[in-house]
Amino acid sequence: MIQIHGISKSFGNVVALQDINIEVQEGEIFGLIGPDGSGKTTLIRILTTLLLPDSGTATVMGLDVVKEYKNLRRVFGYMPGRFSLYEDLTVEENLELFASIFGTTVEANYHLIEDIYKQIEPFKSRRAGKLSGGMKQKLALSCAMIHQPKVIFLDEPTTGVDPVSRQEFWKMLKSLKKHGISIFVSTPYMDEASLCDRIALIQDGKLLSIDTPTAIVGQYEKEVYAIVSNKKHELLQDLRRYKDVESAFLFGSHIHYSDQKVSFDPRELIQYLEQLGHGEIEVDKIEPTIEDCFLALMGNANKTADA
Amino acid sequence: MDRFLAFVRKEIYHILRDWRTLIILLGMPIIQILLFGFAITNEIKHAKIAILDQAKDTHSKALIDKLLATEYFILDEYLSNESEIEPIFKKGNIKEVILFEPGFGQRLEKESIAHMQVIADASDPNTATMLLNYTKAIVTDYQMQQNARKKLPFSIDIHAEMFYNKELKGVYLFVPGLIAIILMLVSAMMTSISITKEKELGTMEVLLATPMQPAVIILAKVIPYLLLSFINAIIILLLGYFVFGVPIHGNLMLLLAEMILFILTVLSLGIFISTVTSSQQVALMASLMGLMLPTILLSGFIFPVENMPWPLQLISNIVPAKWFIIIIKGIMLKGAGIGLVWKETVILMGFLVFFILLSIKKFKPRLT
Repeated sequence: MIQIHGISKSFGNVVALQDINIEVQEGEIFGLIGPDGSGKTTLIRILTTLLLPDSGTATVMGLDVVKEYKNLRRVFGYMPGRFSLYEDLTVEENLELFASIFGTTVEANYHLIEDIYKQIEPFKSRRAGKLSGGMKQKLALSCAMIHQPKVIFLDEPTTGVDPVSRQEFWKMLKSLKKHGISIFVSTPYMDEASLCDRIALIQDGKLLSIDTPTAIVGQYEKEVYAIVSNKKHELLQDLRRYKDVESAFLFGSHIHYSDQKVSFDPRELIQYLEQLGHGEIEVDKIEPTIEDCFLALMGNANKTADA
Repeated sequence: MDRFLAFVRKEIYHILRDWRTLIILLGMPIIQILLFGFAITNEIKHAKIAILDQAKDTHSKALIDKLLATEYFILDEYLSNESEIEPIFKKGNIKEVILFEPGFGQRLEKESIAHMQVIADASDPNTATMLLNYTKAIVTDYQMQQNARKKLPFSIDIHAEMFYNKELKGVYLFVPGLIAIILMLVSAMMTSISITKEKELGTMEVLLATPMQPAVIILAKVIPYLLLSFINAIIILLLGYFVFGVPIHGNLMLLLAEMILFILTVLSLGIFISTVTSSQQVALMASLMGLMLPTILLSGFIFPVENMPWPLQLISNIVPAKWFIIIIKGIMLKGAGIGLVWKETVILMGFLVFFILLSIKKFKPRLT
């Protein structure tokens, strides 16, 4: 469905993408996961024919993103990261405009967007600018879907949307998948990675790993421990100063800790922390999350870069 | 075609829903023309004149008394012969010289026709015409008073002459000039802003990722503004005609056609600005500095091009409004047909083609 071969792109001295290779299968939800500034938007813009790559080739549905961009623009759906519909037009007018841009009508493809659109239909005569964040997302998705695309590109669709709307949005994506639509979605939220069929982790324009979410988590060799204590602020620094520390990262109220030694003994660590005056210490072994993997892969990438 | 119409409809919604801007766009020409109109046609009082009375008879004296009895004229001095006329104008404080031919009264009685001459300093063309009109009105009034008592009516022939600016460029110029400026403002500025607005809001990104052709996107934007500008031009014409009595001597259809040509030219300029700018503010500044100032200063709207130093005269050639003002002035004031303004028309068409080609070349089908 989507084939990316050796795509690189720089803006002046800043390298945005470096030798990206990805293949996306038909009908899958493919997640591009990475922090802000990692190159997600640049890659999506290249795939949506909006930017030219410096080198490498990419095809979407067999059409080259550079040479056949005119034909390609007829067949995919695109929802940019920023809300980019006409705020002074009503919900209905926006949808009708996009339908006529693609030479179709709202009625002809209503079945495709029905699940999504019926949620905002009560507000169809409201100006798009007056919608809430979640409703704006639904409208933007409806507009991107109205011409029955076989593949849609979503650039950070859930950024700036409340958690409930985020969940709803992912449910909608799952239902689109049933229509056989391939979805290429980028997000900075690691917790959304597990909702994708396959994911690519990207950082500083380089791919760290591509696989299913479970396989990526499975690749994580180290054991992860969630640690809390009554001296939250010092805990992270103290753990990072511990002699056998592999990594320690803050995850909400916990700190995820990995040790260099395979025969890690939590009691040793607790002792160390108690000496430093921590109390109410809890050390629990947990399943690693995508974020743990990502942080570990990031650490490896940095180490190679330093060496 | 449906696509295009849907897009035109969208643009019309944008314009109509931004009603504050719409009120400004439609109200501005009215306010400007009233401001300029009344500022320029303001009454002139106490203009200094000189008189060369070669007749010195009852009729000439009566006329002089009648002229000086008004508050418009103040006698500066009596001249004794024609060679004094030029030097006294050069001194600069005399606005008008009135000449009576020798034997003015005698000829009026015997031949029923006598001649007088009015010479005005037309370096300030508006003042000159107005003084001339005042003088004519007073003389006509005198003539009618006299004729009421006569069997054989007599007439006084006034030979008017303008010094320094014989063609009287500048008279009524504010209406053609205003049409040029308003059209420039609405067409160029609003199109350039409206296209860059889409870039700024990110809607251009979505549009580019659709099969929408750039030419269609732009054309759909041009149509509503063409309409709006045309309405504005009509408002100015009507106000000029009915409020200020600016004549339309030439063919109205030709005038409207030339206006549409000029609107298209500045629209293409606006599109060009939008292709090379990326934010509304830059587009606004570019329109104001790059278009408005040259239009106001170099088009001959306020300052006659002939009086400018030659480098500025040279630059004025690339100001489309200059050519448009020549055309519209020719049609409105001189009754010129296409035969007299074809050269300027061709130049405007040249600008139009140039900017359209440049815009197409500059328009990027991708993000930069």
